[in-house]
Amino acid sequence: MSALSMQDGRAAGKRLRLPFDLKWLPRAIVLGLVAFAIFGPLANLLLWTVAERWYFPHTLPLEYGFSYWAKVFSPRGVAWESLFTSVFIALLAVIGSLALAIPAGYALGRLKLPARGLILLVFLIPQAFPNLPVYVNIARFFYDVGLNGTIAGVVLVHVTHGLVFAVWIATASFAAVDAELEEAARSMGAGPFRAFFDVTLPLALPGLMASGIFVFLESLDEFTGAYFVGAPDVQTLPLLLYTAGAGGNYQIASITALLLLIPSIFFMLVVERFLRADVLSRIGH
Amino acid sequence: MTSAAFLAVSDVIVGYGGNTVLDRLSLSIERGEFVALLGSSGCGKTTLLRTIAGFNRPQSGSLTLAGRDITLAAPDKRNMAMVFQSYALWPHMTVAQNIGYGLKLARKPRHEIDARVEEIAGMLGLAGLEDRKPAALSGGQRQRVALGRALAVEPDVLLLDEPLSNLDARVRLNVRHEIRALQKRLGITAIHVTHDREEAMVMADRIVILDKGMIAQQGAPHEVFNRPMSPFVAAFMGAENIVDLAGVVEGNRVEIVEGPSNRRAMIGLDGRRLSSGRVEARFRPEAAELVPASATAASDRNGAESRDEDALTLLGTVEQTSYPGGCWRHVVAVGAAKVAVDAPTAIEPGTPVTLRVPAAALFLFDAPGRGAEPVPRLVAA
Repeated sequence: MSALSMQDGRAAGKRLRLPFDLKWLPRAIVLGLVAFAIFGPLANLLLWTVAERWYFPHTLPLEYGFSYWAKVFSPRGVAWESLFTSVFIALLAVIGSLALAIPAGYALGRLKLPARGLILLVFLIPQAFPNLPVYVNIARFFYDVGLNGTIAGVVLVHVTHGLVFAVWIATASFAAVDAELEEAARSMGAGPFRAFFDVTLPLALPGLMASGIFVFLESLDEFTGAYFVGAPDVQTLPLLLYTAGAGGNYQIASITALLLLIPSIFFMLVVERFLRADVLSRIGH
Repeated sequence: MTSAAFLAVSDVIVGYGGNTVLDRLSLSIERGEFVALLGSSGCGKTTLLRTIAGFNRPQSGSLTLAGRDITLAAPDKRNMAMVFQSYALWPHMTVAQNIGYGLKLARKPRHEIDARVEEIAGMLGLAGLEDRKPAALSGGQRQRVALGRALAVEPDVLLLDEPLSNLDARVRLNVRHEIRALQKRLGITAIHVTHDREEAMVMADRIVILDKGMIAQQGAPHEVFNRPMSPFVAAFMGAENIVDLAGVVEGNRVEIVEGPSNRRAMIGLDGRRLSSGRVEARFRPEAAELVPASATAASDRNGAESRDEDALTLLGTVEQTSYPGGCWRHVVAVGAAKVAVDAPTAIEPGTPVTLRVPAAALFLFDAPGRGAEPVPRLVAA
């Protein structure tokens, strides 16, 4: 009797069940929307890079091809030059900010809390101001000293921009290296610099590399400062992108954007490998 | 202090911020001596070691090594090598690179470094592990690498900062003897910081007991153990049983006045610094002889006077027994005090007993509150 009713119940349950579980539906919709919000513009960008003709009201390009790629990468094209300028500036910005961030980060990393946290917070204050008025003022000052329109000027702007994060990450990396390891080297007869270069620096290197990559990517993408200080004499990739985009030249703008994406993605993977959780966790400590 | 001392610490004051960690501390160490700095945590023993190593700068006082003033010398200019409690091995270097680092700094030729590293690795039982990174070693192996790294540079003074505290008990016992044997064989001067009394006793030629940044007592292990100069040292050396008595000093003897829980006794002063008045008596659990009161009562009646020569007799009641191994431990109530006493056979709780403490194992001090400083009760770890 009871076995029979259980069978009935199971049969009733089976009848009600749909081919898919309904409770998944809202999640699927939300995830789909998020994915569209993130990847939609990227898909649009990718389409533009291979569109020969595309105008309103057509949803998809009318004609596909690579003629704009040829145009961008032609020997007379500005893309190569801009790419080299951008990479050159980014490398100089990395060297400049690391040259400052390594000693600063080392000093801060060996400092005791809460002094360390407070100083790091103070470093963050300039970031709280809107970029635009800051760069306009820098540009005015650079005009006076003749740095406007020079690579050095743009590098300087990018160094100050990247320095905050470089110092933060370098501080965390140095703080993660136990001071006793350095003392052990001193005890074995190493001078202060030798101990630093043999022990502390190699152990902090992953974090410092991440910090360098961060500055590199920031510099590569930076627009506002480069626009006010560099343009039109110094043409970086974001400036090229802006000119192309503003001129309605979406193909060239999209291809340039794609170029900017390559180092970003590559270095993101490297950063992910090098920035270990234990280094990151030291930032606030 | 003799000027002939190999390493001399003179009137050194070290402090962090407002508080003084080492207070006018002086210590001299002979060449080839193994000295243990013993004390509970916070007594300044590690600070003293780090001051000798050059990581702490004294506010005043001086340090000399073999006649050379090293008070302001950098840590790398002292020819000392320190073994850290955490071992502080460099994780990015192999065992061989760790051990050979000091030699590399000394610009020794490559083949000489390799030979020395091989020799040290063989001596410390690390042969075959030279290419491993520290992360791939066991605790005991890491400790050996840290020791080997310090020995490789042939330091004038080897500084050991609780190097055994991170090892498990069984390994620790072996390493104690190994380090001691090695130190003797190589004739190195060594300073060993520890909070483990037994470790200090087994390893050191001389024990220096530190308390609140000052030397409480120093001497050979048996001297410190058998002749503690203060209640603090007595407690640190395991004499944690305390009984309050009254005493009258006469010439070179002290008469312990009969009390509710002790008999009258005459104890030779024998170098004890004591004055008449309340007396704090301390002894170790194994020092006292425990006898049921019924057994002694008969013999006492034979002696006309119940007065003990060179031994103190206490009267009490057994409260609790336990068997920690080897012998039975009794908790005995002697008046208001509770003392621990070892005996080969168990005596039932509730039994009245007498405790006989021979004068040689009885430590007498002026009771605290009589001008002397109060003594913190502490457990010798």
